[in-house]
Amino acid sequence: MILFVEQVLNGLQYGVMLFLLAAGLTLIFGIMGVINLAHGSLYMIGAYAGTYVAAQTGSFWLGVPAALAAAALTGFAIEALVVRRLYARDHLDQVLATFGLILTFNQSIILLFGRQPLFTQLPAGLDGSVMLLPGLPYPTYRLLMIAVGLLVAVGLYFLINRTRIGMLVRAGATNREMVRALGVDIRLLYTLVFGLGALLAGLAGFMAAPILAVQVGMGEQILLATFVVVVIGGVGSIRGAFVAGILLGLVDTLLRAFLPSLLRQVMPGSEADALGIGIASMGIYLLMAIVLLVRPKGLFGATA
Amino acid sequence: MKSLLTAASLLALMALPGLAEPVKIGMITTLSGPPGYLGEQIRDGMQLAIDMEGGKLGGVEVALVVEDDGLKPGNGLQIADKFMNEDGIKLLTGIVFSNVAGATVPEIVDNGAIYISPNAGPSNLAGAGCNPNYFVVSWQNDALHEASGAAAKKLGYTKAVALAPNYQAGKDAIAGFAREFGGEVTEIYTALDQTDFAPEMAQIRAAGADVVFQFHPGGQGIAFLKQYQQAGLLGAVPMVLSEPSLDAVILNAVGEAAIGLRGTTHWNHDFDNAASKAMVEAWAAKYPDRPLTTYGQQGYDTARLIASALAKTGGVDDIDALRAALREADFESTRGAFSFGPNQHPVQDWFLTEIVAGDGGKPVAVTREKLREQVGDVYAAECKM
Amino acid sequence: MTRHRILGLGLLLVLALMPVLTDLAGQPAFLSLMTRILIYGMAAASLNFVLGFGGMVSFGHAAFFGIGGYVVGFLFFHQTEGTLFLGLIPGTSQLLITLPAAVLVSGLVAALIGTLALRTGGVQFIMITLAFAQMIFFFFVSLKTYGGEDGIIIRRANELPFLNMRDKATFYWVVLAITTLFFLGLRRVVNSSFGAVLDGLRQNERRMAALGVPAFRYKLYAFVLSGMGTGLAGALMANFLRFASPDMLHWTKSGELMVMVILGGVGTLFGPFLGAGAFMVLESVLSSWSEHWPLALGLILLVVVLGTKGGLMALVSRLGGRK
Repeated sequence: MILFVEQVLNGLQYGVMLFLLAAGLTLIFGIMGVINLAHGSLYMIGAYAGTYVAAQTGSFWLGVPAALAAAALTGFAIEALVVRRLYARDHLDQVLATFGLILTFNQSIILLFGRQPLFTQLPAGLDGSVMLLPGLPYPTYRLLMIAVGLLVAVGLYFLINRTRIGMLVRAGATNREMVRALGVDIRLLYTLVFGLGALLAGLAGFMAAPILAVQVGMGEQILLATFVVVVIGGVGSIRGAFVAGILLGLVDTLLRAFLPSLLRQVMPGSEADALGIGIASMGIYLLMAIVLLVRPKGLFGATA
Repeated sequence: MKSLLTAASLLALMALPGLAEPVKIGMITTLSGPPGYLGEQIRDGMQLAIDMEGGKLGGVEVALVVEDDGLKPGNGLQIADKFMNEDGIKLLTGIVFSNVAGATVPEIVDNGAIYISPNAGPSNLAGAGCNPNYFVVSWQNDALHEASGAAAKKLGYTKAVALAPNYQAGKDAIAGFAREFGGEVTEIYTALDQTDFAPEMAQIRAAGADVVFQFHPGGQGIAFLKQYQQAGLLGAVPMVLSEPSLDAVILNAVGEAAIGLRGTTHWNHDFDNAASKAMVEAWAAKYPDRPLTTYGQQGYDTARLIASALAKTGGVDDIDALRAALREADFESTRGAFSFGPNQHPVQDWFLTEIVAGDGGKPVAVTREKLREQVGDVYAAECKM
Repeated sequence: MTRHRILGLGLLLVLALMPVLTDLAGQPAFLSLMTRILIYGMAAASLNFVLGFGGMVSFGHAAFFGIGGYVVGFLFFHQTEGTLFLGLIPGTSQLLITLPAAVLVSGLVAALIGTLALRTGGVQFIMITLAFAQMIFFFFVSLKTYGGEDGIIIRRANELPFLNMRDKATFYWVVLAITTLFFLGLRRVVNSSFGAVLDGLRQNERRMAALGVPAFRYKLYAFVLSGMGTGLAGALMANFLRFASPDMLHWTKSGELMVMVILGGVGTLFGPFLGAGAFMVLESVLSSWSEHWPLALGLILLVVVLGTKGGLMALVSRLGGRK
């Protein structure tokens, strides 16, 4: 039982990370109609910039603004120099352009920081564990990640539902042409949305840095799962990204944790382990296929 | 008059092709993407050995030609083709990954060229698939993990949890570990591209084993070790690792989260032999801001092996002589005693290391004891040459 | 029309003479690059058939490429082992058997995936094809008997009667002959009434449905044909590399094929071949110049996208004075 609670927490933590990445991607996708493969690069840039500043200054917390700023500025630059020229174009041109960006960013990071993964450190006071229940110690830092993820979710909820910008964003996700026709400065809105998405990706990257490896190509490792979240949740829906992120985090974690031992009840141990983890690896894709077959627009997709 | 002299000296040079043309060594390796540092280490270790001899190996002038395979088997094959058929290269090396080797090595040996592996030693080329033109300087993949099994046994553990990714190399790793360990092993397989190991940490705690063995090279290994510490397991359950999961670059990236871990290796930076000391010193002088890993050492040893052969043959024109000279392994390996088994894979010693806090709390690996003496690999018997 | 035919025949002549030309130029390895370009060109053209002509953006074509390759691998493996595949099918290394087998199997898998995936459209179609391809990828990775992640080494390329397939020029000519037939077949399909229906479906599916066209069935046919073509390319690639591994099924391979199509020109007959050629030549040339070649490749791709509308084919036809 305690093991189950712990695995649920793990799933939750993975889920909020996916949400942070997917939130930006789903907005860019839904409002601007842009498939941004380079979203993972923004995650990587956040991780590198934050880690570098944290190491130079000796303060983990100074890394946060650095990561956010670097990712947001890169996002603005991508939007102004590349993506803006591709709004009117086919999705496929965007795929090719942002694929080119991935190659460019990865190699630029190698030129700047070398090929070796960077050293990262947890901030003092967060490197231990908290006893949540008797017999259930849980890493403090992971609890912080869950908290930050939930805070961002609440913040985005207010931003989208209670502010003028949020209203435009919602309108844009439902009917892009109409918003443009109403004389809204769509260019500014696009830039803001892209910057916000980049910022969130940078935040996710820096938060993940102390528990993962800060290395070239780290963005592509999580890119596919992020796209899966966006599509399951419904393109353009922040709420969908949140629900799908948590769902995916839980499904992935719980399958990996418990499927092998469940299978071991009915077949020999080593075969059960291999098959179990094999199915668990396919798990998120299986989930996506099922969701899309039942609800082709995703869980919270616009019906239009 | 002057031009006549130039022409004469040109003619003289052409008459002595051995002097004019350095022997080219073709290096196909992985430099891009997350595992790029592995190829970089191998390349730089090899170049270091060449530089230390003033651009020569075994008294013969050599040039290292390097190309990135991007971890794509097709690209590796393409580069090999170009090296052999356009540049006339007869001596190739450098491949990091088993799947690139699988596509590239058969083509090289079928062309009558020689391939010397500085890293990958997959089983499908070690047993029935062995070839007289194929040498491995590093290790056969299974041997890495057998050493860890031997270590866990020697340290007195009886109940292990073994974790590895759910692909062939991962399964071989656990099998190799279990073969020498002999105790009870709980297997946990992880996903191929997994970077968050929180679910496994909970399983390790629940398993109640007295030792953990895990095989996750590169970035996955970094994430695993950090999360092991964060989960409060470091110090609670001891861990034994094989060398790809605990190289010096990984140590630098995880910092204090590595202190107290046990590693197994065929070479460590503190080895007390002249060859190793010379290499460590030269590396520190040339690349002060990068640690020397076992990959760099493997590149260096590969170059020294080539040097020993070139010193006997004087060049690569006679492939039969070159092959025979290589097979003798007549060089001072930085790891100490070294020879080739019947499948031309290494027969060597394996050592236990412990990670301790060094200068400024930085983790360093210290050699503790010899685990296995002069062992080859389990596939050698299947090799018919 | 005739001008096109002359151009086409000229190109074919140059391609047929390629083994001689590369020898004369002292660059024999360029021949194997050309072989790979033709094979990837077929895979990209097959993808383009659904993507460009049918408007179905598949992000899972690596699955068919890999399955084609693995059919060759399986059959070779069981021939050398002297065992039966699934206890039923004996192994073989005859190209005349392995190629049709690869085409058949990848077509069957495409029919299965297509039946499910074609219930969706747009972005969802992209992702669901990716999902199936990923599942197949993980399946092949866990196949211990066949080497798993390490792949199957196919020690000898498949045989054709009277030909020495170990000879690089012979192999190239065989691939060229297959590519030519493939191209002619593709052109015929695209210009047929089937192609016209497909084009109509891409432009306006509802209108076609109103005309009484069974849209789903037509799209499924196209998807299966495309999967078969990609499987053919995969089988040839496994013969060329003498190796089949999960690398062929990785999602980045799907992405690479897509990049080739877009780079060359979506919805053109010749574009995918041009795209495959440009991509592979760039990769090969740039990586021999500098270890930092991905930077240059990335920037070149950006310039091409931003600078041309419709890929390299558009550039070619603009330079050629439109048409």
